[in-house]
Amino acid sequence: MSDENLPSFDALEVGAVVAEREVAFTRDTLVRYAGASGDFNPIHYNDVMAESVGLPGVIAHGMLTMGAAASVVEEWAGPGNVADFQTRFTRPIPVPNPGVATVVVTAKVGALDEELRTARIDVVVDFDGVKVLGKAQAIVPCA
Amino acid sequence: MPVNPEAVGRQYGPSEVYEVTRVKIREFADAVDARSFAHRDVAAARAEGYDDLVAPSTFAVVIAQRAEFHVVVDPEVGVDFSKVVHADERFTHHRPIVAGDEITTTIHIDKITQRAGISMVTTRAELADAEGDPVTTVLSTLAVREDA
Repeated sequence: MSDENLPSFDALEVGAVVAEREVAFTRDTLVRYAGASGDFNPIHYNDVMAESVGLPGVIAHGMLTMGAAASVVEEWAGPGNVADFQTRFTRPIPVPNPGVATVVVTAKVGALDEELRTARIDVVVDFDGVKVLGKAQAIVPCA
Repeated sequence: MPVNPEAVGRQYGPSEVYEVTRVKIREFADAVDARSFAHRDVAAARAEGYDDLVAPSTFAVVIAQRAEFHVVVDPEVGVDFSKVVHADERFTHHRPIVAGDEITTTIHIDKITQRAGISMVTTRAELADAEGDPVTTVLSTLAVREDA
């Protein structure tokens, strides 16, 4: 962690929204993430393969959704300051071709630990009114 | 063939060294829309107190997933990759990953539970630096359908 850029603990209130961003996924986004991450599972770029395993079509990598959600938290927390981040993958995000699947990422203060001076940030990723991540929680050390 | 619950406790690695590069950090930051200049520009990273470009929060998956592949291809574990869905993931950073890090990874199969035709396989990747100090712990659970 870098102490210079930590959020101020005393300025935080449980329930407060600290960051919010719309993130748009296209087939281009998925191919870019596949290359960057090394995750070349064809269900993330090939409709025939995706449908053969019972999906409605190509879906976003769960780790892309998690990564994009982490970026929203990290932009607020400061680079390198998300000490812990966990999630369950509860719903797939189908990404049309052509077209775009847009999600809204909202990060709120879920809990504050006075002793450790850390904030638990609860993240909701909403796609068409449905939450696609479960128990998405980050731990951010504060100054 | 179903997942073998006796595979719990198996360990793989330590892996060959993964060298964290500036190019890969920039590429990953672009892919997950991580916007800080500290992922892209060395001077900006130094201004934030890092020796070099700092990796986005979930970058460790690049390293962990390579190592987790050993579990998926181990015939003694019996995971059919075409029936796998990613169930959960957790990153615990003991320190941030920065460009120049030389990371070795050891994978542990921590837990296998089976219920209603689905096996849940939880792996733990322990990432360590060149000095052997812990960098990141990555917990990952795959759900494997056991239908014919």
